[in-house]
Amino acid sequence: MTAVIDARGLTRIYGSGESQVAALAGFDLTVEPGEFVAVMGASGSGKSTAMNILGCLDVPDDGTYLLDGKNVGRMGARQLARVRGRTIGFVFQSFNLVSRMSALRNVELPMLYAGVSRREARRRATAALDMVGLSHRATHRPSELSGGQQQRVAVARSLVNTPTLLLADEPTGNLDSASAEQVLEVLEAINRAGRTIVLITHDHDVASHAGRIAHMRDGRIVAVDTRVPAAAGAAVASGGTA
Amino acid sequence: MSPWEVLLSALSGIGGNVTRAALTLLGVLIGVGSVILLLGVGSGATANVAEQIEGLGSNTITVSPGFSRGATRFQDLTLDAAEALQAPDAAPDIAEVVPQVSTSATVAHGTVSTSATVTGTTANYFTVTNSPVAIGTPFRDEDNAAARKVAVIGASLAEDLFDQADPVGQTITVGTTPFTVYGVLHAKDTAGGSSANSGIVIPLTRAQRSLTGYTALSSITLQAASAESIDAAAAQAELVVAESLGVTTEDATFTVTTQSQLLEASTSVGSTLSAMLAAIAAISLVVGGIGVTNIMLVTVSERTREIGIRKALGATGAAISAQFILEATLLSLAGGALGVAAALGASRFEIMGTRPVISAGSVVLAAGVSVAIGVFFGGYPAIRASLLTPVAALRHD
Repeated sequence: MTAVIDARGLTRIYGSGESQVAALAGFDLTVEPGEFVAVMGASGSGKSTAMNILGCLDVPDDGTYLLDGKNVGRMGARQLARVRGRTIGFVFQSFNLVSRMSALRNVELPMLYAGVSRREARRRATAALDMVGLSHRATHRPSELSGGQQQRVAVARSLVNTPTLLLADEPTGNLDSASAEQVLEVLEAINRAGRTIVLITHDHDVASHAGRIAHMRDGRIVAVDTRVPAAAGAAVASGGTA
Repeated sequence: MSPWEVLLSALSGIGGNVTRAALTLLGVLIGVGSVILLLGVGSGATANVAEQIEGLGSNTITVSPGFSRGATRFQDLTLDAAEALQAPDAAPDIAEVVPQVSTSATVAHGTVSTSATVTGTTANYFTVTNSPVAIGTPFRDEDNAAARKVAVIGASLAEDLFDQADPVGQTITVGTTPFTVYGVLHAKDTAGGSSANSGIVIPLTRAQRSLTGYTALSSITLQAASAESIDAAAAQAELVVAESLGVTTEDATFTVTTQSQLLEASTSVGSTLSAMLAAIAAISLVVGGIGVTNIMLVTVSERTREIGIRKALGATGAAISAQFILEATLLSLAGGALGVAAALGASRFEIMGTRPVISAGSVVLAAGVSVAIGVFFGGYPAIRASLLTPVAALRHD
């Protein structure tokens, strides 16, 4: 089976000359289909840069990155946009919903960019909101929703194009613990349904929901901690954070 | 993303800040409206002048003294010259000759007095110069022959002197001489400042005897036998008048002007005027366009984060720039449409003494320009937006 993520020697350098900083320095990561992997590290460890490159929001200065078997480094801007829209689903720390649009319209957005018909988009968006338990809030704008609700809308949005990979960057960073728990439960349910998830966090409790934890320091993975088999991950992890 | 979806997101973008959209729209509205309206004023003014020139009479030619040039001595137009023009063998294409003297004099009736232009001329003046008498009768050849103290007065002068009363048969004083009013001229369209309405027409012989003395004519109006013979008649007039004044045509200071030359001159003045007005209006259109750019730049920087989100969700650069260009185009198109409506509304009123004549061409032009403004002035911010890298856009607050 093709690995969802096969990243080797990714390097990303900011600035130039004397002041240049390597945010990523030889980052290697392989993620198999159906895995739930947490990338953990302190702030400044390069995990956000890793997320941006794994999500095709940024390009590495060096190294190769195969996403679902395809070499991202060889893609043009149009193809990258297509990959972001259809192969990857994003969940951001700050939700990143479009404030002028209702929850339902936000969830529809990636489908409209992917050329799904309006009617089909409406149907799938409604189903996705139902899955995260927010069908009763579909017409509300982000400002009328709590942080936890906004993040669940964002999770619904990340799934509607049935992406190969779900990338979550500190998804609970802006949430109170109850809301965080709800969002993590949703992510676990999604993983149980077979979706591959990469979760980026600095929080050990959050990372413990994953089946495998990759520790980052100074722009590279320094240790991989396979805590539990992926199938049993949910039960053990929730026990650990209670 | 389907065009319909792009349109919807552009509309929702505009709806996001209604006040700002309205102000931007107002800029384009004023630009487009003023271009259409001022072009209309230009062509209205041109049409007015053309109408007045046609109102001077049909197939007419004017001989005027002109100006002295170089070493050539200035030549007065004489009554002899006017008489020579009447000779059928020398000037076969000239049908009518209307010598005129004119001066300014005080005209009074009872306690009312005013200053008016007095024209001394012959009886054929009324038909040749297209100045029919509305009330009463014109004076006749025998009045001129006998130098009778009779007058035909302009419509507005009649109103000034007599108010609502019937002026026919009344006596008015011109200078110091009493005149009997024979009739009142038909009111002419005064737009452009025709003095015919406030003037007074008396027999040439009487004018010379009482007011101007036996000096030079101020002009001679000729009527050609037909529209086709105007140029021939003008050529004959030049030869005959030069011969009568004892000069060669090269040395002549007088000028012979046909109606079509007047029309040409006034049309060229009119189009210069139109072009100037349009140029001024175009400046406001450019300012409106810069307003569109400005607002789109603000919108793009305000929505940088949204652009990042959309890119993360699979939007291509083309989809992003299409949305912003469409947004700018919708704004300027709406502004253009309202500008057309405003110009059409304003054209119902007189502007600078002229009813603007709005041509379909100028409307199409302005509408086209407003769309072009949207694409052109909205294009730069839109392309800037589309080139943002997703990660940079997402990091933007």
